[in-house]
Amino acid sequence: MSRPGWFGALLALALAAALTFLTLPVLAIFIHSSPRELLESLGDPSARDALRLSIATTTVAIAVIVLVGTPAAYLLATRAFRGRALVVTLVELPLVLPPAVAGIGLLAALGPNGLLGDALDDAGLELVLQTAGVVVALIFVAAPFHLRAAQAAFGAVDPRWIEASRTLGAGEARTFARVAVPAALPGLGAGLALAWGRALGEFGATLMFAGSFRGITQTAPLAIYAEFAVDFDGALALSAVLVAISAALLLSTKLLARDALARA
Amino acid sequence: MRKRAAAVLAAILTTAVAACGSSASGDEDLVVSAASSLTQALTAYGRSFDGGAVRFQFAGSDELAAQIRAGVKPDVFASANTSLPDRLHEAGLVGRPVVFAGNRLVIAVPAEAAKVSSIADLAKPGTTIAVGSEEVPIGSYTRAAIGRLGGTRSAAVLANVRSNEPDVKGLVGKLTQGAVDAGFLYVTDVTATSGKLRAIELPTSLQPSVAYGIAVVAGAKHPAAAQRFVAGLLHGKGADQLRAAGFDPPPT
Repeated sequence: MSRPGWFGALLALALAAALTFLTLPVLAIFIHSSPRELLESLGDPSARDALRLSIATTTVAIAVIVLVGTPAAYLLATRAFRGRALVVTLVELPLVLPPAVAGIGLLAALGPNGLLGDALDDAGLELVLQTAGVVVALIFVAAPFHLRAAQAAFGAVDPRWIEASRTLGAGEARTFARVAVPAALPGLGAGLALAWGRALGEFGATLMFAGSFRGITQTAPLAIYAEFAVDFDGALALSAVLVAISAALLLSTKLLARDALARA
Repeated sequence: MRKRAAAVLAAILTTAVAACGSSASGDEDLVVSAASSLTQALTAYGRSFDGGAVRFQFAGSDELAAQIRAGVKPDVFASANTSLPDRLHEAGLVGRPVVFAGNRLVIAVPAEAAKVSSIADLAKPGTTIAVGSEEVPIGSYTRAAIGRLGGTRSAAVLANVRSNEPDVKGLVGKLTQGAVDAGFLYVTDVTATSGKLRAIELPTSLQPSVAYGIAVVAGAKHPAAAQRFVAGLLHGKGADQLRAAGFDPPPT
């Protein structure tokens, strides 16, 4: 047996193991709930409220992440400055924080007794136990996913294109909008999808910072957790819906980015 | 550079493993699933328990019961009510439950600068309240008490609820962080915060009967030790720890 053959078999085996392990729980959710049960679970008004809230809060959070995160990532990817590595590490830190730590941190920073508690109160801003608090928690845990992917995407754009655009007289902003963003689009789309998926699944930080109240702060993962104790099948069905939505998001973002690249 | 990074990583991992080393536990531990509100009392009892090492899992009683229904097998299940162990017993999943402690529902407020000082304050517009979710015992006791306020008053209190927390830990956290003005807790939870929270007693007419049930799980790995653990909670070191934490003797 030649060496590539032996190594190739090992690679295939590793992939098979990874695929089985990573898909089995998802598969189990769908095997457990028939399509009819899925539809019935959507008929439950509290499940519908939770899904609606999840979609609304994640959409707002993703909009903020994209609007602020994309230019920030562009700066990190295209400029060299002192302490850049430190800044990159700091903005990526929430990636590795346990959700409970994120929740405690948010309370300590933005809670009524937190660092900025009085300032927020003076400004008339209430976050804790409010829908706005859910959005804040989602942005905190999901933004690093987009920042990281966007940085990599901008970093991979050929610097000569950017240089050429500048030489041709396009300003900094025009170069960013007309050259860098279109060229980095697939990577930006992937980052957006990851961040959106992470936001949809957020549980711990939301519960600790924003609490759980139907229609206000009870997102789909919190509803699944509440349901789990009383109605395992209902929780499974709602889980399946969440998986389907996340998968559809992931797929459509990837397809959109690919189409955009083909047109560019 | 890479060598240095590897050395740092190795140092972190070694420290972490060493720190956890002593707590690594084997299959011989007695596993006890218990209501969050029992955390302090049972942890103290576990240290003095002479039937071997005890491993605790504290969460909302309803979550723990759901785990047992899903096939998880601790040795002992201690619930903040009697209906969850009773139902598991009917399903053949746990042995006959016994009542081992009582507790009192109270209104909990921050010790300093509390906005709420009476039940009437709970119904005022603008007061924010956290309660247990409907499924967890603290939540159903709370709803029973609020229901006894009667029609418009109970509706006014319920309208001020801002969060339905999955267990008492969540409620204590929301209160100590000042996220809400008041919450419904067991008096033992308030005692356990050592002064951060203050309890406002409920009048007898509103007070629900809070009884804790415990049972040995069917097919427990350590049935003998589990029985001893339960017995110690009825008469012995466990009962002493429960009284020290402020639990009442089992209501009759």
